[in-house]
Amino acid sequence: MLRFIGKRILMMIPVLLGVSLIIFTMMYFTPGDAADMLLGDSATIEQKEQLRNDLKLNEPYLVQYINYMKGVLCGNLGTSYSTKRPVTEELLDRFPTTVKLAGAGVLLSLCFGVTMGIISATKQYSIFDNLATSFSLLGVSIPNFWLALMLIIIFAVNWKILPPSGLSTPLHWILPIISLGMNSTATIMRMTRSSMLEVVRQDYIRTARAKGQKELFVILRHALPNALIPIITVAGLQFGRLMGGAVMAETVFSIAGIGKLMVDAIKLQNYPIVQGGVLLIAFSTSIVNLIIDILYAFVDPRIRSQYIKPKKTQTAGKGAVTNA
Amino acid sequence: MAEPILEVRNLTVEYTSGKSIVQAVNNLSFTLERGEALGLVGETGAGKTTTALSIMQLITSPPGRIKSGEIIFEGRDLTKLSQSELRKLRGEKISMIFQDPMTALNPVITVGDQICEVIHLHEKVSRLEATQRAKKMLEMVGIPGERYSDYPHQFSGGMKQRVIIAIALARNPSLLIADEPTTALDVTIQAQVLEMIERIIKELKTTLILITHDLGVVADICDKAAIMYAGEIVEYGTLDHIYNHTMHPYSIGLFGSIPNFNEDVRRLKPIKGLMPDPTNLPKGCSFCLRCPDCQDRCTKEKFSPVEVAPGHIVRCVKYIND
Repeated sequence: MLRFIGKRILMMIPVLLGVSLIIFTMMYFTPGDAADMLLGDSATIEQKEQLRNDLKLNEPYLVQYINYMKGVLCGNLGTSYSTKRPVTEELLDRFPTTVKLAGAGVLLSLCFGVTMGIISATKQYSIFDNLATSFSLLGVSIPNFWLALMLIIIFAVNWKILPPSGLSTPLHWILPIISLGMNSTATIMRMTRSSMLEVVRQDYIRTARAKGQKELFVILRHALPNALIPIITVAGLQFGRLMGGAVMAETVFSIAGIGKLMVDAIKLQNYPIVQGGVLLIAFSTSIVNLIIDILYAFVDPRIRSQYIKPKKTQTAGKGAVTNA
Repeated sequence: MAEPILEVRNLTVEYTSGKSIVQAVNNLSFTLERGEALGLVGETGAGKTTTALSIMQLITSPPGRIKSGEIIFEGRDLTKLSQSELRKLRGEKISMIFQDPMTALNPVITVGDQICEVIHLHEKVSRLEATQRAKKMLEMVGIPGERYSDYPHQFSGGMKQRVIIAIALARNPSLLIADEPTTALDVTIQAQVLEMIERIIKELKTTLILITHDLGVVADICDKAAIMYAGEIVEYGTLDHIYNHTMHPYSIGLFGSIPNFNEDVRRLKPIKGLMPDPTNLPKGCSFCLRCPDCQDRCTKEKFSPVEVAPGHIVRCVKYIND
């Protein structure tokens, strides 16, 4: 198992290198100039040239990239152009908020998505199933920025029962999490439903019923664990999606997270923050995917046996020969 | 003989698929006495498994439905019991060995826990005792107890079938339904598993319904046999009745299609034609389209079963005296 985890961590290196190269290239070729943005229209050409030299923006593309990567390897993501603070500090200040937001979104969608999916699958074609399926179709189709705006209009502006922006009290979390989690709730619900529908038709479910097991336990103990693999796969993907989706929610709800920081940085051509932010999101997504891969082994003994070498050598074959 | 343990009366089961209705079991009746072993023989689609699932009350509904009939087990009609009463019987009094051992075990639960589950469901025992009993069950079916915490994928097909048998017998049920227990296994393992079933039911005095399409297996293990065709029992009797005094044309056809070592036969005689479409069964005798002795009235009316000798029942026009 440890070897497997080590291998997976090593595999993250090329992924992160690729991400850094892509985002660096994109920022390099983005039209516009950081010096223009930072100094404004009143600055002279000499002043701007001076700033470009200070920021080493005049060096060739590859030299810039290699210098940047040298810094990254030493844990130095550069300095923010606007605040002059180290990018790592800026990011780490805001990272917990974004992770909490995305985490809460995934948690919410797991709770509701899995529960609704299970009920839908066990009561296929019932009224609840039809309602839940239409809800999930709606949830998948609604763009979440639109949903966020609608939620603000309804709950904050018209009814005035929930605050429209910020994260200072638990009440403030409700709208951002709903608008973030709606999409993934629907996706997870659909996945749970189809995965469960497949599992409840399996022979071992009939075996469980033939033992005299109660229907609830047949579903929770026998069916659900077998349906989990696709569900946790989707949940892991959703976490990555929500980290990206947080950019939207943070902007709409003015929350000081990584997403908002990056959007502001893009407007100011503040390259180091954008690059650092993207790298951090890519990194945390890879970590979540690693955790998902490890979870597979916990959920399914067949996958586990591929990673863990059996302690005893006797297992296979013994007993097969004993004649009745 | 002892009192009947199971009495199936006029059982009719149908499956709905779209607009058509499949009559899987038609007006089926038989009686089984305690300690007996009955072989239920018939080709694929004859309604054998459906009959078994009706006794377990595990017909998936929809699409399946027990349309009419009674299944009286130890004096109680199973079709009228509530789900919670049925749960008390399943696994405890009636249990079933399923056809395909590859899929009948839950892949994410250890085999030991799967056996323990039945014990726990029907008796209040400590974890430790249940574990010990499960290990004993494993040993009874010829699997070492240390393999208790192995998962199904670590077992071969034959061993999985043994585990399923261990689950079915863990609570010492009075009725065991074995639904083609050896179909998915290769021949050498088949013999082992059958011998084991035979040994265990003799030991535990279990009543057995053995579903198979192998007449040889029935001759080995059972006391009585019922030949099923298109959802009906066409011939029912002791082994002597069925094997030595075969009467129904379909049964005769079945025996004709088995190689016989005593006679020099160049070719086997298959039964001509196919099973009738179960959504559109013939109005008269369901075998009339393939029957070599088909008469005019066979296509027009259904015949009730006739008792040609004590305990030997045949459903055929040839044996109706009128």
